[in-house]
Amino acid sequence: MNAAKWEAVIGLEVHVQLQTAGKIFAPAANAYGADANTQACALSVALPGTLPVMNREAARLAVRFGLAIGAKINRRSLFARKHYFYPDLPKGYQISQYEHPVVGAGHLEIAEEDDDNNGGGVKRIGITRAHLEEDAGKSLHEDFDGMSGIDLNRAGTPLLEIVSEPDLRSPAEAAAYLRALHALVKYLGVSDGNMQEGSFRCDANVSLRRAGASELGTRAEIKNLNSFRFVEKAIAHEIARQTEILESGGAVAQETRLYDADLDQTRPMRSKEDAHDYRYFPDPDLPPLVLDEEFIEAARADLPELPGARKLRFERDFQLPARDAAKLAFDRGFADYFETATAAGADAKTAANWMLGELSAALNRDGLRIEESPLGGAQLAEILARIADRSISGKSAKEVFQAVWRGEGGVDEIINARGLRQITDDSEIENVVARVVAEHPEQAAQYRAGKQKVFGFFVGRVMQASGGKAEPARVNEMLRRALDSE
Amino acid sequence: MTDALHHRSITAHAAALRAGEYSCEELTRHFLARIEKSERLNSLITVTAEGALAQARDADRALRQNGGGAGALAGIPLVHKDLFCTRGVLTSCGSKMLENFISPYDAHIIEKLGAAGAVSLAKSNMDEFAMGASTETSYYGAARNPWDEARVPGGSSGGSAAAVAAGLAAAATASDTGGSIRQPAAFCSLTGIKPSYGRVSRYGMVAFASSLDQGGVIARSAEDAALLLREISGFDARDATSLREEVPDYPNLLNGGGGGGGSPPLSGMTVGLPKEFFGDGVAEDVAAAAQTAAEQLQKLGAKICEVELPNSAAAVPCYYVLAPAEASSNLARFDGIRYGHRAAKYADLNDFYERTRAEGFGAEVKRRLLVGAFVLAAGYYDAYYIKAQKLRRLIAEDFARAFEKCDILAGPTTPQTAFALGEKLGDPVAMYYSDIFTNAVNLAGLPGISIPAGFDRAGLPVGLQLIGRYLDEASLLRAAHQFQLATDWHLRAPENFS
Repeated sequence: MNAAKWEAVIGLEVHVQLQTAGKIFAPAANAYGADANTQACALSVALPGTLPVMNREAARLAVRFGLAIGAKINRRSLFARKHYFYPDLPKGYQISQYEHPVVGAGHLEIAEEDDDNNGGGVKRIGITRAHLEEDAGKSLHEDFDGMSGIDLNRAGTPLLEIVSEPDLRSPAEAAAYLRALHALVKYLGVSDGNMQEGSFRCDANVSLRRAGASELGTRAEIKNLNSFRFVEKAIAHEIARQTEILESGGAVAQETRLYDADLDQTRPMRSKEDAHDYRYFPDPDLPPLVLDEEFIEAARADLPELPGARKLRFERDFQLPARDAAKLAFDRGFADYFETATAAGADAKTAANWMLGELSAALNRDGLRIEESPLGGAQLAEILARIADRSISGKSAKEVFQAVWRGEGGVDEIINARGLRQITDDSEIENVVARVVAEHPEQAAQYRAGKQKVFGFFVGRVMQASGGKAEPARVNEMLRRALDSE
Repeated sequence: MTDALHHRSITAHAAALRAGEYSCEELTRHFLARIEKSERLNSLITVTAEGALAQARDADRALRQNGGGAGALAGIPLVHKDLFCTRGVLTSCGSKMLENFISPYDAHIIEKLGAAGAVSLAKSNMDEFAMGASTETSYYGAARNPWDEARVPGGSSGGSAAAVAAGLAAAATASDTGGSIRQPAAFCSLTGIKPSYGRVSRYGMVAFASSLDQGGVIARSAEDAALLLREISGFDARDATSLREEVPDYPNLLNGGGGGGGSPPLSGMTVGLPKEFFGDGVAEDVAAAAQTAAEQLQKLGAKICEVELPNSAAAVPCYYVLAPAEASSNLARFDGIRYGHRAAKYADLNDFYERTRAEGFGAEVKRRLLVGAFVLAAGYYDAYYIKAQKLRRLIAEDFARAFEKCDILAGPTTPQTAFALGEKLGDPVAMYYSDIFTNAVNLAGLPGISIPAGFDRAGLPVGLQLIGRYLDEASLLRAAHQFQLATDWHLRAPENFS
């Protein structure tokens, strides 16, 4: 491919489901996974005579997001109707914000691709706008014997559509932006960010232009990207497709394409000519959304420490490498866990290593979120303290970790019950060493003759004789002394 | 003049029911019997006799047990326009599209009137989805005017007006998007009030044009209208355009204001006569009756002045861009998927929509949906919708300027009296112009009332429209009530229904 010749220009549109108890324009419940149509109130079904009323909680979450990306919050924003017919769109129109969105221009910082752990290399991605809108229901095309089922539980769920500037230049960068955005909305408690349940969905606009050019090329919009991996793969595929067209002298058509994850390819969905005329106009049922200073300031006061700031603080206060700091800080659960562990006295670097190693592996193995971890930050600190005071070996610590994880008891309880406490008494170890050396004169002679390999044999015997409880470092030291002394 | 039971005022019924002269059940049976004998008017779509009798018996019990504590409308039999959702009852909007729609909930207005003890006799006929000025576009057939059965009762609330004029109910609910309360009230010699936009919740009132629709009532007198309006007004959290405004005690303000100390009852009030409402195109008898009515207001102490509404000629074109635009959107939900009519045979999804809507909607509704989709289309939006919104502002500003000189406006409600069935059905634009004096009031969101002001040479009723400042229904009701204390037009009943 001619990577040097063509530059990819990528912008993402992300639909984030807001974490509200009710729907965006009705108080009805809004839980995922309920039986079909059990969360469909009169408004969700678009019964004649029903009217939308703004759920201020959705507006509050939108403002919270806007403030977190340093955006201008529009004190007055408007709702418009976007018309099209589809069976899972009950009113025949979607209520959305068109000309006047609640959140104006802001930005999000991501780590540059070649980040070399020195904490620099941050790239600023522009966010054009974020607007409130309602979700549609779901059409179910399987299981109904040739017919389609309609589930309106999701109809009226609040969405925040976040539109980025075309500032992204590679599939990896697009994925990095998406990850940062995902972390942020979860961090803020704006969304649960669950991609399987559709709480975080992405469309990508991709175009190519000659390297160095300032004009944008013709773009294709790719829909249906519901995982970070798919976003990266679909964009890479699309860049390859467009490169091939341009290389062979062709022109890219402006169209909407659908990504098929099974085949790893995009295929045309509709062309520019087929584009709907949505007949937008201001929704006469909804007065403008007016937010006063007090509302906005209350949301500002309520903002948590943001991931970027937290990452920098972890680097500064705990001397963590940038990569580890980012991994911990960008996931609110990990960051909180880390702070609990260090507050309980754990060494920061050791805690970070354990969290990104043993703990992450256990969470993955059991399919748990860190908030659901059976072993808390304070308990991790306790285990690390036992290593530090030499009560247990690193190897035993892993055993303790797993036992606590399984709920077998507290840290010390398990250490005692399993007899994992190390023998740190030098005279006791010395006795064992002297006995083992005396019992194996042949091997001792070999060692002294220069056969260093035999040393391992002695370590094994001493450990065996001490029931595995002797502290290995001390064993090594005393063995050397005993063997080298004659 | 009549003092028949079925033409008595709500105040008279309320006193008689409390005094035990007759029971709510007896009164309800009386109206139900008249309904049965008056089917030829086709004013009602669904009669809910059983429910009505049950409500009447409840009201009798409440009156026996609580007396004065019973609801203000305890036992008063009403009919409801068939676009107000009524739980467990067909709510058809006069359309084939909803001929099978049994609403699972009550509209705000229905709830409030029910809570006040009113009895619901029936659902009244109307132009399909309230689009029309004659009740001829109803899927259930045209309603007839009790004053002349060869003529229309007006529309779209023609069924409500015909029923009240014929003495089939004490009063009726109605809705007004461009004149649908006031014009039929005028055609049937009744008092019809369209409150200020936002005064009465639209929750449960099937939407035609959301920024113009407003629920109200058609009654025998301003006094009755005041009683009903007090009950249905007020903030409702289920309608984002509903106002958080205190509701004045309308019945007790009918004699308020001037008057005191022996001065005439309307002294201190200035009535403006828009010269555009008395110009060409207004029937001679109608203009004369309106002029006489204005003089009557003057005799009652009001000052009269001429005012101008220079943009009033733009009201009808402006209205017929905005109302269809909103309608095309509001009626998009009628797609046959979840409720309502659905095509029996279809090739694919698009064909399903096309057939369902082609079969379910009548000609006038289709005409407006097409106009509405057109004016909202990319490329036409600025030329039509945006331009009409600008005109709407100019029209509202005209009223604001006029109200610097006067307190209320007065003029004929309609340029002509009731027209013959079929006369304008083939000429939609002529039909639209029947609302020329009422459209502007909805565009400006103002309150308006039509009251009986005499009869033309053919014996057909003439209506006088009073228009008030935003939220000043009280002044309209007071002027109307004082006018009715001095005149007897509103006490007359059609000969065949006296």
